[in-house]
Amino acid sequence: MNTQIMEMDTADKIAAIPIVEIDVARPSLFQNDTIGLFFDRLRKEDPVHYCRDSYVGPYWSITKFDDIMAVDTNHKVFSSEAKLGGIAIQDMHSVEGALDLEMFIAMDPPKHDQQRKAVTPSVAPSNLQLLEPIIRQRAAKILDDLPVGEEIDWVDKVSIELTTMTLATLFDFPWEERRKLTRWSDITTAAPETGIVESYEARREELIECAMYFKGLWEQRINEEPKNDLISIMAHSPATRDMPFLEFLGNLLLLIVGGNDTTRNSISGGVLALNENPDQYRRLSDDPSLIGSMVPEIIRWQTPLTHMRRTALQDWEIGGKQIKKGDKVVMWYLSGNRDGSVIDRADEFIIDRKNPRHHLSFGYGIHRCMGNRLAELQLRIIWEEIHKRFSRVEVTGEPERLYSNLVRGITNLPVRLHAR
Amino acid sequence: MVKVTFVASGGERREVEIDKGETAREAALFNDVPGIDGDCGGVCACATCHVHVDPEWIDKVGRLHEDGMEAELLQFAEGTTEYSRLACQIPMKPMLDGLVLHVPEQQY
Repeated sequence: MNTQIMEMDTADKIAAIPIVEIDVARPSLFQNDTIGLFFDRLRKEDPVHYCRDSYVGPYWSITKFDDIMAVDTNHKVFSSEAKLGGIAIQDMHSVEGALDLEMFIAMDPPKHDQQRKAVTPSVAPSNLQLLEPIIRQRAAKILDDLPVGEEIDWVDKVSIELTTMTLATLFDFPWEERRKLTRWSDITTAAPETGIVESYEARREELIECAMYFKGLWEQRINEEPKNDLISIMAHSPATRDMPFLEFLGNLLLLIVGGNDTTRNSISGGVLALNENPDQYRRLSDDPSLIGSMVPEIIRWQTPLTHMRRTALQDWEIGGKQIKKGDKVVMWYLSGNRDGSVIDRADEFIIDRKNPRHHLSFGYGIHRCMGNRLAELQLRIIWEEIHKRFSRVEVTGEPERLYSNLVRGITNLPVRLHAR
Repeated sequence: MVKVTFVASGGERREVEIDKGETAREAALFNDVPGIDGDCGGVCACATCHVHVDPEWIDKVGRLHEDGMEAELLQFAEGTTEYSRLACQIPMKPMLDGLVLHVPEQQY
């Protein structure tokens, strides 16, 4: 009852904010999960919205599906270049004490294209077929080791564990030290206010440790025969083998972050969504063949990366608004994924949608997530293995959410498992 | 209506019909042809409707333009050949009645 009153209160307050004052960059809105109410207003009242003043400076918010698609596929006008600020709402180069990492996600063609092409084979369908039995075996082991009937943290015990194991497999990373990957992924996207690192200086020191570790692996792989793991591919491929070290490190971290936070939070988000929609959970239990269409729906519903940012290289009009050369343009995938004019009943979680992959979570155009089928593969496997073992994964308390405007993260999710 | 035949990587042939003016992507999706995903909705933004045009038909369909979004997306796809196109970029004109398209082993 109390929480209901509070929620109404919050909704009323959000409805009363003058539209020009709406600033969706505030990480607290994502942590307290009120962000959806702000995006609902923007899509209705001001879908291409200019925020003059925020802690990340002025920026445009693109909130409707089709407008986001138009920006994402127009890389000639909307640049990802790190030197212009990069791909997140917070400028890459503005961060004090940050390493000057270079990643192909924050490059434009032609350099982007060469580097992306070099690493794509590691997640190509033919390689995924080789990975599937390994991931399934590891997922089964994780689930078999869980206690039934006790309260556990699903995030730590399953979501982090499975994605970390998959990453360690992709990199052929020393197995016992695999949680280093998780840590490095977390700090790559972390600012001090998240509580994950103490300061940018501390973060820099950890990233240097990470750099040294990978330097060692690189030197080991370059002296071996080429293999299928990502480090070996990068060490041997003509497009990447002569890469400056900070670029090598940047691209490795990109692949770690890309394969870690995102899938982790989709694994957690799926459990939460099914608990919040018990009718859908019942349908899944009755018919596990729905897992195939449920997986992309989970990825839409969670939208593990809330946005990608671009910088306008020239004046351009979107939705009747004049974007100026040099402006920061933020494509809010989280909002576009709730756009009812493109996605039918967009604010409902429906596990058997007709075109479930028609969502924005992976982005579109040349920067579209290259690991998207690997993400789906991991989610499909974990749900198939869950179904074999447990009649229900019951959420037993409130989830805790990450203080971040980029990673839509669940940091703690208490659950109890019911045996089949 | 015009006819399109999709040939799976295993050799299985599937003939479907589609209204003139739709694209080869819709011909596949409306008829549940396996192997064509078409994630982006048909706006040349994802490269998950990759097909190999049968060599007999390539001149009528037209080859991939070297510059442009379609080529930029296909450069990251697996198993591309000189006959690669995105099905969403093949409008089904009457002259393409009977078109034969080969579905690659996997999308993306």
